[in-house]
Amino acid sequence: MDRSDLAALGLHFALLSLMAIGGVSSILPDMQRYVVEAHHWLSAKEFADAYALGQAAPGPNMMFVTLVGWQLSGWAGAIVATLAIVGPPILLTMAVTRLNARNPDAPLGRAIRGGLGPIAIGLTLSSGWILARSADHDWPAGVLTLVTVALMLRTRLNPVWLILAGAIAGMSGIV
Amino acid sequence: MPLPQPPIDNTTDPGARKIRPLELFFAFSQLALSGFGGVLPWAHRTLVERKGWLTQREFVDTLALGQLLPGPNIGNMAVMIGYRFAGYSGAAAAFAGLVAGPFVLMIAAGLLYQAYGALPLVQQALSGMSAVAAGLVLATGLKMTRSLRRHWRPWLFTALALAGVGALRWPLLAVVGALAPFAVAAAWGRED
Repeated sequence: MDRSDLAALGLHFALLSLMAIGGVSSILPDMQRYVVEAHHWLSAKEFADAYALGQAAPGPNMMFVTLVGWQLSGWAGAIVATLAIVGPPILLTMAVTRLNARNPDAPLGRAIRGGLGPIAIGLTLSSGWILARSADHDWPAGVLTLVTVALMLRTRLNPVWLILAGAIAGMSGIV
Repeated sequence: MPLPQPPIDNTTDPGARKIRPLELFFAFSQLALSGFGGVLPWAHRTLVERKGWLTQREFVDTLALGQLLPGPNIGNMAVMIGYRFAGYSGAAAAFAGLVAGPFVLMIAAGLLYQAYGALPLVQQALSGMSAVAAGLVLATGLKMTRSLRRHWRPWLFTALALAGVGALRWPLLAVVGALAPFAVAAAWGRED
């Protein structure tokens, strides 16, 4: 990956970051499409591994982009990818905070919130679907994904235990 | 990673308080590095329950705005809270605290992955973890549908976004660009 690729990646991630309503998981499908399918910089497996490691490590879930950047281009990649994803939203948040949105019930604000919410949900479900498609290569893995969904919906279990259980299930050859 | 504990001070009104940027940095570092599987519960525990910097209501209001703005919710909250207590340097300190530790951890994870990622046992562990991670994202999306109104219109936009980005693999910018104006127009003047 050369310098112009890195610049293109930074620009693409920066644009995506401004669409990440509801968190980074809503832009995950497009990051995967760009890095894996359009440019073949990482395999689908490497991308899914990076995401899984990001979920397992403490810290905001968005930090998996650091790992994606690192795999692409070492330190420079890690710094560019991280800044591109966190930078634009910070500046926007700062601007909104500065303007001190005093009127949270303004009609436009309500319409944007009400309109973008359903799209953000569709994007998050897309992320799960795409991750499942690359992770669930056989039926036991598919069952593990479904069990995870059921436990998350029905219990208040800390997700880190489920990630640990997944690692154990994998190492013992179940999935 | 052990971090110095800033002193706890619950004596003054949070609205009028000033908190030193360094203290914000350490508080956000600590909650970020405690946050296995999601930082938000730790943010609530640290900011509301332990330090008393925010009331429940202020925490929820900050979270709502953080969710509305693009970007990671907790990152947006760090900027807003930091700015409130110490201006621009507070915003920068809180955000830096949030990402610095996890950044180093992710690089360490990357080094380990490069060194050992090809080992069969590690590959197997990662396969299991990936299957679980996919389930976590699906569950988050499903939980979020509980906030949708019982009306076909918001569900239609959820389904179209899922079809365009998830099933057809169209670029996100095109799908959101095409759907967002209609979604906002459809939500105009309605209760959500």
